Amino acid sequence: MNLDSYSSWGRYPKIKPKDAKRVFWINEFPNLEEIEGNILPYGLGKSYGDSCLNENGTLIDLSGLNKFISFNEETGLLRCEAGVTLATILDYFVPRGWFLSVTPGTKFITVGGAIGNDVHGKNHHKMGTFGCHVTQFELLRSNGTRTICSPEQNSELFSATIGGLGLTGIITWAEFYLKPCPSAFFAMESVKFGSVKEFFEINEASDKDYDYSVSWVDCSAGGNNLGRGLYTRGNHASPKDYNLPPLPKPGLIPFPFDAPFINNLSVIAFCMLYYNKQFTKKEASIVHYNPFFYPLDAVDGWNKAYGKNGFLQYQFVVPFGNDEYTVNTILREVVKSGMSSFLTVLKTFGNIKSPGMLSFPRPGITLATDFRFDGEKTLKELAKLDEIVKFAGGILYPAKDARMSGKDFFDFYPEANEFVKYIDPKFSSSFWRRVNSN
Amino acid sequence: MSVMKKIMIFGAASAIASETAKCFAKEGADLFLVDLNLDRLNTVKNDILVTGGKANIEVMAFDATNFEGHNDLINSAIEKMGGLDALLIAHGTLPSQEKLNQNPKDIVREFNINGLSVISLASFAANYFEEKKSGCIAAISSVAGDRGRQSNYIYGSAKGSISIFMSGLRNRLSKSGVNVLTIKPGFVNTPMTVDMPKNLLYASPQKVGELIFKAMKSGKDIAYTPGFWRLVMFIIRHIPEGIFKKLSL
Ligand SMILES: Cc1cc2nc3c(=O)[nH]c(=O)nc-3n(C[C@H](O)[C@H](O)[C@H](O)COP(=O)(O)OP(=O)(O)OC[C@H]3O[C@@H](n4cnc5c(N)ncnc54)[C@H](O)[C@@H]3O)c2cc1C
Ligand SMILES: NC(=O)c1ccc[n+]([C@@H]2O[C@H](COP(=O)([O-])OP(=O)(O)OC[C@H]3O[C@@H](n4cnc5c(N)ncnc54)[C@H](OP(=O)(O)O)[C@@H]3O)[C@@H](O)[C@H]2O)c1
Repeated sequence: MNLDSYSSWGRYPKIKPKDAKRVFWINEFPNLEEIEGNILPYGLGKSYGDSCLNENGTLIDLSGLNKFISFNEETGLLRCEAGVTLATILDYFVPRGWFLSVTPGTKFITVGGAIGNDVHGKNHHKMGTFGCHVTQFELLRSNGTRTICSPEQNSELFSATIGGLGLTGIITWAEFYLKPCPSAFFAMESVKFGSVKEFFEINEASDKDYDYSVSWVDCSAGGNNLGRGLYTRGNHASPKDYNLPPLPKPGLIPFPFDAPFINNLSVIAFCMLYYNKQFTKKEASIVHYNPFFYPLDAVDGWNKAYGKNGFLQYQFVVPFGNDEYTVNTILREVVKSGMSSFLTVLKTFGNIKSPGMLSFPRPGITLATDFRFDGEKTLKELAKLDEIVKFAGGILYPAKDARMSGKDFFDFYPEANEFVKYIDPKFSSSFWRRVNSN
Repeated sequence: MSVMKKIMIFGAASAIASETAKCFAKEGADLFLVDLNLDRLNTVKNDILVTGGKANIEVMAFDATNFEGHNDLINSAIEKMGGLDALLIAHGTLPSQEKLNQNPKDIVREFNINGLSVISLASFAANYFEEKKSGCIAAISSVAGDRGRQSNYIYGSAKGSISIFMSGLRNRLSKSGVNVLTIKPGFVNTPMTVDMPKNLLYASPQKVGELIFKAMKSGKDIAYTPGFWRLVMFIIRHIPEGIFKKLSL
């Protein structure tokens, strides 16, 4: 078994499991109790930090568990094995008029991973998290029992597992609703904003009429340009209302080698070009779901562009109220540090509550930004940001984390004290050991 | 492009062939699926039905090395399906060459699975298709069958035997209008290769499964999947033996 491939997306920290077991058939799991040491489910490792890693433990790789089980054409209720990817679901179901209720910014993740982190997307303000659409799943515990979990049956285990970071057992299959879609295309509008204040104004005017919204922020621009960016919003495009283009040909460009392409210069150049590519205040277009949701997926393995040391993503949510001040303060700090990259996004979360006990999204504004890893310097910088976030009553997203302190984690997620009751005794992760040790 | 509405597949629970089966079912074909394990076949059947097949799907657990049963099994598929348009033989195992070196007595079994059972099944089917004067017989060989390498030459020679057999069968059936397709996949990321370190040459079973579907429909003779392997194997086949024998491949 080749263990090198079991990293996380940020490629930091650099740690390895002692073994990995790939499962291909839903009724043919290895005997989990007999595995020495602790175990952790692993999807496609698209989490950034260490929540999908298990140093010196065993990973149960579920990406081979990729069969569909049933689909109801009337209601859109889909049941599939946990390793089915969102990409596969789109491949088969968009042509039949169904879309994912919720999707994150990459489609190369598994259904199990989507539940394990209770992922969110551009439509959080309308649809909540992925977990909001899950009706039931089967959970395999290390003692071999398989339990059906739903809001009615074993509801505590259901809540604990949604956003449960893989610690409560292995989801073998899950059932969730797809939503009807009129085509594979989106009617998208991109609006330039010059400040965080303006972002909020546009956002307020957009939230009701647009199902999807997200903004890119130029993290290289300070001074008068601080907080400038592009606000994109959109809705499903129906052939009734729009002239739709032909379907694009699929294809991935692989990122060829480990090279630190992302440095201060390239970031500034990129941001300048990206912000200024749009001449007018507002631009409208009809785009396929791939560029609309997954612009980064077009280059396979783009994470290597940060070089061998890897990178960290920092994502927080702060409640509405002081949010504008907080976002500005953080942006100023990030620009000053000169360490962030061009992937900075801003979005507001709505108030649809997830059933997940440790779910990250909550009403407020969320910002995610990448930092290439430069050792202590990066960690110190992020610790500074922590203070600003905490001061504003914000919290961090474990799916993107490789460094928050244990104290912070338990302060952010007081529900974790209840959550521990549902952890499978055989399960653990590098993340979990970290937040329980410092 | 020929119309293929009734397809029998051996090794139908394999990662590769189950993808090919999905492609056929999506087009509205009926399927007769054979593999060792019935539970797995039912899993595959559900997957096919969800991804777009409204097809009739029969499943049957059968060990391909049960040579005595070959004729009856093929006949019963023909009867159940009301004829056959295509047969795809895809089952196989990838034994450890090192273990076979230590226990040569296991070679017979491996050769039976990967070589002889395929030859026997295709031969029974050939008589049916020859009389029908149409249809397609496809079998999965491998790039490993193009030249023997120390790391897997028992598997390779069994696959090579399929390639040669298929070439002869093609020669025999060409006048009957039956297409005989030899499929030679390169590295594919499947349960069979789970323990091998992966590199850029690995293709997904979805991609290879789909390429096989297309090759079967297009009436090709030999299909390297993906196609770049044709060039790679051309080069490998042309390295002089004196040099080749010294390489650690
Ligand atoms: C380019 C990019 C964009 C992204 N955008 C977003 C975004 O917009 N919103 C967002 O929320 N996230 C986003 N993410 C993060 C990503 O969606 C999540 O980390 C997701 O959980 C990864 O899924 P995975 O299948 O790779 O699972 P992994 O990362 O392998 O695992 C995730 C967690 O789920 C657990 N797990 C996996 N499978 C199972 C199972 N079968 N049973 C139980 N537990 C399991 C694991 O133990 C782990 O704790 C993005 C990531 C990338 C790379
Ligand atoms: N993967 C590659 O890189 C690669 C490359 C070149 C060629 N190929 C060929 O492609 C074909 C499909 O391979 P795959 O990688 O998709 O393999 P796979 O998923 O491992 O499937 C092989 C299937 O064959 C079945 N099988 C084994 N022995 C059998 C027998 N005696 N009778 C009936 N069925 C039997 C297996 O059943 P059990 O699992 O229950 O034993 C399994 O379902 C094989 O012929 C393989 O040699 C593969």
